[in-house]
Amino acid sequence: MPDTVTFVVNGEERSLEVQGRTLLVHALRDGLRLTGTHIGCDTSQCGACTVLLDGRAVKSCTVLAAQADSREVTTIEGLAADGELHPIQRAFVEHHGLQCGFCTPGVILTAADLLSRGGSPSDDEIRHALRGNLCRCTGYQGIVESIKAVGTAL
Amino acid sequence: MIPASTRYARATDLEHALSLLAEPEAKAIAGGQSLIPVMKLRIARPSLVVDISRLDLRGVTERDGELHIGPLTTWSDVIGSDELDRPALAAIPECARGIGDLQVRNLGTIGGSIAHADPASDMPAVLLALGARLRLRSPETKRELRLADALLGPFLTALGPQELLTDIVVPVPTRGSGSAYVSVEHPASGFAVVGAAAVAGPGGETVALTGVGATPFVLSGDGIAAADIFGDTFASAEYRRDLASVLTERALASARTRASEDS
Repeated sequence: MPDTVTFVVNGEERSLEVQGRTLLVHALRDGLRLTGTHIGCDTSQCGACTVLLDGRAVKSCTVLAAQADSREVTTIEGLAADGELHPIQRAFVEHHGLQCGFCTPGVILTAADLLSRGGSPSDDEIRHALRGNLCRCTGYQGIVESIKAVGTAL
Repeated sequence: MIPASTRYARATDLEHALSLLAEPEAKAIAGGQSLIPVMKLRIARPSLVVDISRLDLRGVTERDGELHIGPLTTWSDVIGSDELDRPALAAIPECARGIGDLQVRNLGTIGGSIAHADPASDMPAVLLALGARLRLRSPETKRELRLADALLGPFLTALGPQELLTDIVVPVPTRGSGSAYVSVEHPASGFAVVGAAAVAGPGGETVALTGVGATPFVLSGDGIAAADIFGDTFASAEYRRDLASVLTERALASARTRASEDS
């Protein structure tokens, strides 16, 4: 039995039919063709599917699409504005915060949540916040440097 | 991984939620951080998922010397709560900071963790040490249980199929008390191999352990040597017993230090 989910995705109201079991990540990727949200482990470990739900980082493989009804979702596609990269995205380019890029959308949205809580997070706070995001190529040094650079600049 | 077919219903209030749970294979979902993973593994195959996440059962308040923690309070809320920011209750946010990761803490709830009853979950140990009680509602009855009496075994609680946790009541320890939680985590799962919660103050000292038995439990006066402690592939019973003794001392030391700061 399909349910209709209506939610605001990247600032735009969207509606789609989902099943009770449909996961948010599948609604975003298959339903809305927002494929910047990646599926990595599919077991709530790796954080590649992280999106913002009402401004807070969540793993979209571990949320039912129906639970996002009438809420706001931000995916990596929603960060850049008017052709300009978001400051976090720019910092990842400048500080070598990515290599293959697969984990990057999730890492950046986790960073967006962390930085929205105010202040300039320390290395330890950044690493603690990134615990649910696995990077298997670059290592975390460049990622931490990138996030720290934004924290200092904001 | 995709869960087995299921229907979804969003509860508008507590009575609505309880009536939806009349369906035999219905399951309540709050943050979903334990339930959705087991649904994806198809260990859980509910016919109906009752979304209780928007019920008004969220937040921390103090009334008449007791703390009331709404079961839908997320770990992130717990960490940010001003009510919990005192030495006597410091173990609660301290424990919450180590649960899962940022994303899991944004959705996962304290009530969901208790109801899921993972034998290695962290917070039940802290709540046991503090002497917490649970308020439960079913369509016909209201009752209150000590947390210690509600935890029956691995993933097993005294909650009936049509019963919901509506309040977690924590007596605030007397002035001059402190509490602490320390754990050694399994590096892959993040769950506690052993976790120890301690409360120390004029009311005496209490320790509760998690990760070592069928449920988290309060350590009796006979100490760790007399406790029933299990072993598995990751850590033998002997190793766990040793670790439990070290972590108990650390938790007590930290709780005593905090007690001395609670003037």
